Amino acid sequence: VQNTVQHVLLQAEDMQQQIIRETFHLVSKRDDNVCNFLEGGSLIGGSDYKLIYRHYATLYFVFCVDSSESELGILDLIQVFVETLDKCFENVCELDLIFHMDKVHYILQEVVMGGMVLETNMNEITTQVDVQNRMEKSEGGLSAAPARAVSAVKNMNLPEIPRNINIGDINIKVPSLSPF
Amino acid sequence: MALKIVKGSIDRMFDKNLQDLVRGIRNHKEDEAKYISTCIDEIKQELKQDNIAVKANAVCKLTYLQMLGYDVSWAAFNIVEVMSSSKFTYKRIGYLAASQCFHESTDVIMLTTNQIRKDLSSPNQYDTGVALTGLSCFVTPDLARDLANDIMTLMSHTKPYIRKKAVLIMYKVFLKYPESLRPAFPRLKEKLEDPDPGVQSAAVNVICELARRNPKNYLSLAPLFFKLMTSSTNNWVLIKIIKLFGALTPLEPRLGKKLIEPLTNLIHSTSAMSLLYECVNTVIAVLISLSSGMPNHSASIQLCVQKLRILIEDSDQNLKYLGLLAMSKILKTHPKSVQSHKDLILQCLDDKDESIRLRALDLLYGMVSKKNLMEIVKKLMLHVDKAEGTTYRDELLTKIIDICSQSNYQYITNFEWYISILVELTRLEGTRHGHLIASQMLDVAIRVKAIRGFAVAQMATLLDNAHLLTGNMQRMGICEVLYAAAWICGEFSEHLENPMQTLEAMLRPKVATLPGHIQAVYVQNAAKLFATVLKSQEGNTDSTAAQETSQLMIDRLPLFVQSANLEVQERASCILQLVKYIQKLQQKDVEVAEEVSALFAGELNPVAPKAQKKVPVPEGLDLDSWINEPPSESESEDEQPKAIFAKEEPKHSRPRREEVDEKELAKRREARKQEQANNPFYIKASPSSQKVYQEAPGVEHIPVVQIDLSVPLKVPGLPMSDQYVKLEEERRQKERAEKKKKEKKKRKEKRSGRGKKHDSGPESEEDITPAHQVDIVTEEMPENALPSDDDDKDPNDPHKALDIDLDKPLADSEKLPVRSHRAAEAPKSPTEDGDATSQEPKKKSSKEKREKKKDKDRDRKSKEEKKKKKHKHEEKGEDLLGGEAEEPVVQSEETNEVAAPPTSTSAEVSDLDFWLSNAPVPSNTQETATVAAAEAAPMPEATSGIAPDSEPDEPKDTEMEETKSSKHKKKKQKKEKEEKEKKKKKKHHHHHHHSDGGGEEAVQNGTVEEEEPLPPMSNYCLLAENSYVKMMMEDADEVYDIQGNLQDGSQVVVSVIFENKCDSFLKSMEFNVLDSLNSKLQRPEGSGPHDGLTVPFQLPPGVSNEARFVFTVQSIIMPQKLKGTLTFIVKNEDSSTHEKLDFKLHFTCTSYLITTPCYSDAFAKLLESGDLKCSSVRLEGVNMPFHHLLARICFHHHFSVVERIDSCASMYSRSIQGHHVCLLVKVSAQTVSIDAKCDEPTLLGNVLDEIKQTFSQC
Repeated sequence: VQNTVQHVLLQAEDMQQQIIRETFHLVSKRDDNVCNFLEGGSLIGGSDYKLIYRHYATLYFVFCVDSSESELGILDLIQVFVETLDKCFENVCELDLIFHMDKVHYILQEVVMGGMVLETNMNEITTQVDVQNRMEKSEGGLSAAPARAVSAVKNMNLPEIPRNINIGDINIKVPSLSPF
Repeated sequence: MALKIVKGSIDRMFDKNLQDLVRGIRNHKEDEAKYISTCIDEIKQELKQDNIAVKANAVCKLTYLQMLGYDVSWAAFNIVEVMSSSKFTYKRIGYLAASQCFHESTDVIMLTTNQIRKDLSSPNQYDTGVALTGLSCFVTPDLARDLANDIMTLMSHTKPYIRKKAVLIMYKVFLKYPESLRPAFPRLKEKLEDPDPGVQSAAVNVICELARRNPKNYLSLAPLFFKLMTSSTNNWVLIKIIKLFGALTPLEPRLGKKLIEPLTNLIHSTSAMSLLYECVNTVIAVLISLSSGMPNHSASIQLCVQKLRILIEDSDQNLKYLGLLAMSKILKTHPKSVQSHKDLILQCLDDKDESIRLRALDLLYGMVSKKNLMEIVKKLMLHVDKAEGTTYRDELLTKIIDICSQSNYQYITNFEWYISILVELTRLEGTRHGHLIASQMLDVAIRVKAIRGFAVAQMATLLDNAHLLTGNMQRMGICEVLYAAAWICGEFSEHLENPMQTLEAMLRPKVATLPGHIQAVYVQNAAKLFATVLKSQEGNTDSTAAQETSQLMIDRLPLFVQSANLEVQERASCILQLVKYIQKLQQKDVEVAEEVSALFAGELNPVAPKAQKKVPVPEGLDLDSWINEPPSESESEDEQPKAIFAKEEPKHSRPRREEVDEKELAKRREARKQEQANNPFYIKASPSSQKVYQEAPGVEHIPVVQIDLSVPLKVPGLPMSDQYVKLEEERRQKERAEKKKKEKKKRKEKRSGRGKKHDSGPESEEDITPAHQVDIVTEEMPENALPSDDDDKDPNDPHKALDIDLDKPLADSEKLPVRSHRAAEAPKSPTEDGDATSQEPKKKSSKEKREKKKDKDRDRKSKEEKKKKKHKHEEKGEDLLGGEAEEPVVQSEETNEVAAPPTSTSAEVSDLDFWLSNAPVPSNTQETATVAAAEAAPMPEATSGIAPDSEPDEPKDTEMEETKSSKHKKKKQKKEKEEKEKKKKKKHHHHHHHSDGGGEEAVQNGTVEEEEPLPPMSNYCLLAENSYVKMMMEDADEVYDIQGNLQDGSQVVVSVIFENKCDSFLKSMEFNVLDSLNSKLQRPEGSGPHDGLTVPFQLPPGVSNEARFVFTVQSIIMPQKLKGTLTFIVKNEDSSTHEKLDFKLHFTCTSYLITTPCYSDAFAKLLESGDLKCSSVRLEGVNMPFHHLLARICFHHHFSVVERIDSCASMYSRSIQGHHVCLLVKVSAQTVSIDAKCDEPTLLGNVLDEIKQTFSQC
C-alpha cells in the first residue's frame, strides 16, 4: 500500500509520514455508510481541525481543515477536485495519479493555494490547467521527443508492467494547518 | 557544438523520468530502500550536469521522493536553480519542489527573493502564478517583508487569475509580516467588490480568515459584507460571509438583529444544504448574542431546531453529524428547545458511526435533569460495556462524569448511586481516566458530608479488592482510584466499620508495586487509620490489641522504608519511628491514643482550584520591590577599595533596626494573625467563616440511609447502581404519595424543607427531592477574590500579531518597504504640506502618491491617532448613554479633539452605527435606552403613514441630529431640542428648497413619506428626497478621503441609503445624475456621459442598503446642485411597474472642507504669510454657550479649534483642494463676530454664508 501525499506541513519528513499513516489508518477503517468527518486528533493540530474525506473506489481524498471552512463545502470541493482530475486525465484512474503525481499537484494548486481555497469553479480550473499544459508542450515538455521514444522502449522491455495490481490507496492531504 | 547537444540528448535517453522512478519503486517492493538509494545517487549525478532539463527532471523525481518521506533538503540549491530557469516547464517543477521541500529554516530561501520578484513581475501571467503559488507555501518573514509591496501591486493586476492569487497570498504575508496588514488593507477591501467572482471570493476568504481571529477590527466592514450577502449568488462566498457574521455578531448585537431576517429568508429559500447549514449556524450565533431571550426570537430558534432535526433525521450521515454539531451550540443558551428532541439524540447514541455517537454524547450533557439522570447514565453504562476501542469508552467515561458532576452536581439526587457508578467505572479495562474517577471520588466524599459513611465503606471495599485493579498491568491507569480510596479511608476513618481490616489491607506487600505517589498516600493514611484504631482499642481493658496493631505497623512499614520513591521512604521512616515510640509508651501502659489522633486533627476544607490565583495583593504590598536591597554594584571586584567604606554603614544601621524590631514585632505578629485569619490556605483551628455548611439541623440530623437494608455493600464486581435506580423509583413514588398527603396539611413546611437545597432544578423537577438532604459544600475562595477571567491565550498564536486596528489612518512609518533610492523627505507641518490632506491612502493611489504621504509629519500623525482613539472612545461611551438627557459637559479642553472627526475611524464606526440603526428591527424600541442609534431609526415616521407637508421629517431630523451630535460631544439640554428643531427646519429649507416642493408633491400623492436623515458622520447637510410609491430613499453626502491630487480635481463620495418602504420588491435600480460642467458623476469606463449607474443590489421589502457614488468636482469655491433621477422596477407578485424618482444633490462649500487639525504655531505662520484674503461676518442674537457654538461650527462646517482663550477662539479648516480657511471667533453678549481668512475669497464668502445660515436658524 502506497500513500502519496501532498504536504506543505512545516514538519520534518518523518512527522509527515506519521501523520499520513495515522490519517490513513483512521480513514481506511471507516465504513462507507458513516459520516465523512473525523474529529481532529492532536496530530493534525487539535480540536479546531477536522479531517474531511471522500472515498472513491480505492482512493481516499482527505482534506484537513479548520473551523473556518464549511464542512459540506469542503466535501463539494473534493468532488470538484476529483471531477477536475477526471477531466484533465480523461477518465482518471489510480495509476494516472500515481504516475503523474506532479500533474496532480499542479491541478491541486489551482484549487487550493497555500492552504486556502483558491478556486471552486471547475471550468475555470480546467481552463487554467490546460493553458499551462499547452505552454509546457510548446516548450517541448520535460521529456522531449528522444526521451519519450526511449521511455516507450523501456516500457516494452518491462513485461511485468502491472495491469491490475492493487495499488492501494492514494491519500491526498491538502496543505493544511493554518487557515484551510 | 552540435555534437554536444546530440550527446546531451543521448545521455538523457538513459535518465529515468518520474514515471520510470515510480515504476521502479513499485517493482522493487522488497528492497525499496535500496532501490531508492541508488536512484538518489543517480539523481545526484544528474544534478551535477549543466543541462537544465536534466536538472529539472532530477528535481521532479526528488519532489516525489520527498513525498515518500525522504529527506531531500540537500538539493535545496538545485531547486533554486531550476526555479530560476526561464522556461515555464522547468520553473513550474522548481516551484513545486520548493513548495514541498522548503521551510522557514531552509537557508537558500534568502537567495530566492530577487528571482521571485522577477517572476512576479513577469509578463507571462503563469510565471507569476506559479511564483505566487510556490511562495504561498514557503513564505518567510523576510520574504514577506521584501515582497509585500510587489504582491500588493499584483492585487490590481489586469488578469483576474493573478489578482485572485495575489489577494489570497496576502493572508500568508500578513501572518509573516503583520506590519503589512494596514497598508494593504484598503486595497484588499476594494477587492471585495472586484468584478471577477474568483477575486472577490479570494478577498472574502482572506478577510474572513483575518476577521475570525480578531473580529472586532472588522466590525466596520459589516455593511459591506451585508451588501455582498444580499447580492452575491456564489454559495461559496455566501458561506464564508455568513460564517464571518457568525464571528461578528457576538460583538454587536444590533448586527445580529439585522441579520436574522435575511438569514431566515435564506434558510427558507436555499436548496444548498451547505448554505442552509451555515445559515442555521449563524442564526444560532445571533441568538446566542441576543441571549437576553427576547420572546420574538423564539420563532427563529424553533426554525433552527426544526431544520436541524430534519438534518439529524436525514439518512446522510454527514448531515446527521452536522445537525448534532449545531444542536450542541443551541444547547448552551436554549437548552429547553433542544430537550424536546431527546428521543432523537438518544437514538443517535446507538448509531454505528463513532463520530455521530460522540456528538450525541456532547448533547446529552444538556439533556439531563434530575428526573432522567439515572436513566441516561444507566444507558451510557450499557454503552460502556458494549463499546469496543478504548477511545470511545474513555470518551463515554468522561461524559458520564461530566454529566453527573455538571453545575455542582445539580442533577444528582442520590449520591450513593453516584459513588456506586464511580466504583463500577473502576472496573473498566484499560481506561486512562483513573485520575478523573479518583478526583470525583475525593470531591464527592469531601464536599458531600452526608455521604462520607457510605463512601468510606465503598472505598474500604475497593482497597480490600485492590488486586482486582492492579492485577493487570494494562490497568495501571485505574489504580489512581486507589489513591482516592486510601485517602478517603484514612481521612474519614471514623466512619469505618472495621478500620483494622482496612489498615491491614493498606499494608499488604502488594502495595509496594503501586506507583510511588499512591504508596505515599497509603503510608500516610495508614498512620491515620492507626490513630483511629488505637483510639477504639484503648477504650478496651485489654491493651494487647492496641499493641498488636502497633506491631503490625512496625512489621509492615519497613517495606516502604526501602522504597525507591523518596516521598514514600521519607513518610514511612517518620511514621515507623513514631510507631516505635508509641509502642514503647504502650508498653509502659501510657494512654497515647489522644495524642496520636491529635496528629491528624482538624478538617480539610475544599478549596477552589483557582483560589490561589485570586488572592488579591494586599494594599501597600509591592511584590516587585526588594525585601532586602540587592548587593550594590560597588561590591563588585573592580571597585573593591570603595567597598571598604561602604561596609561601615550597615554596622551602624543594624542595632537601630533591632530596636525597631522589638516594637514592630508585636505589630507584625498582629498583622500576621489578621492575615492568617483571612487566608484560606492557612489551616486554622476553627472552621473558616465562609464555610457554607448551613448545617442548621446539624449533620446528625441528616437521615443516613440504612444501607444494609437495601444494598449489599461488599460484593465487589457487581453493579449496584442499577439497584439504586429501582430504589430511587420506589422512593420517589413513595415520596410523591407522602407529599400529596403533606401538601394538604401544610405547604410552607415543604418549602422550608427544600430551602436548603443548593439549587432547584427546572420546575417540572421540583417534586423530586434528594434521597437525603445533602449539603454540597462549595469550594472556598479567598475573601474579596479578584473576579479575573483568565484569558489563556496562546502567546505564540501568529494571529495575535494581526490584532490591528484597521480603521486607524496609516502612519508613514507603516508604509510597505518599496525598493527605492529616494530618501524620505523631511517631515513638514500640515500647513506647509498642502496636498497631504487625507489620512487614508486612496485606494487608487499610485506609488508616487503613497510616497508623498510618507512625507507627513510623523508626530502629528501619532498625536492625531491618539485623538482619534480618544474620540472613538468617547463616541462609544455616549452611544451607550443613548437618548438620555445629556448634561452640557465642559468642553473647552476637549474641543480640539472632538473637533477632529472626519477620519475614517469615526466615519466608519458611525457609518456602522448608522447602518445598524437602520435595521428593520421589530424590537428595537425595547432597546432604545442602550442603543442610541436605534432611537434614530426611522421607525416612527415609517409607520406614521401619510405625512402632512414636510413636517414628518423634522422630528426624525431632530433625532438624527441628536444622535449625531451626541456622538460629537455636542451636549444639549432638552430645551435646546426645540431650537434645534427650528434650526433644522430652516436649514432644511435653505439647502433643499427644491426638495420641499417635491415633498409637497409627494404628499399630494398621499402615499409617500419623505425622509431626511443625517448620516452620522457627514457634517454635510443631507438631501431630502421624495419618493414615489412607498419607496423611501435616504441620501447622504459625504466628503470623503481626498488624497492630495489637485490636478485631477477632487472627488466627493456620496453615500445614498435606499430603503424600500413598500411591500414589493425593488429591483433594477439605476442612479443617474445630470452632470454639470463642474461636477460629474464617475461612471465606469466605456459608458456614456448620460448613462445611469446600476445600484448594485435589489431591495426586498423593508430592507435598506447603501450605495456610494463618486463625483468629480472641478471647482469647489461655489456650492452646486445636481439634478438626478432614480429609476427602478417595483415588482409585485403579479405585476411589475417601472417607477422614477427625481432628486437633487446639493453640494455646499462646507462639504468641501475637511477638518484638519492645526497647531497654533503653524496657524500663526499661516496668518502672517499674508497670502490670505480677509472677510468677516457678524451673527446677532446667538444664544448659546460659547463651546456649543464652537462645537457647532466644528461639526457642521468641518473646522477644528486651534486655540481658545476665554470667549475667543481661532479655528482652522482646509478644503479638499488645499485652501486654508482660518477663523477668529469672538463672542460678546449675544453677538458673535467671525473674522475669517482664506486664500480663496469666493470660497470663504460661501462658507461664511453657510455658517451664518446655520446660526440664523438658532
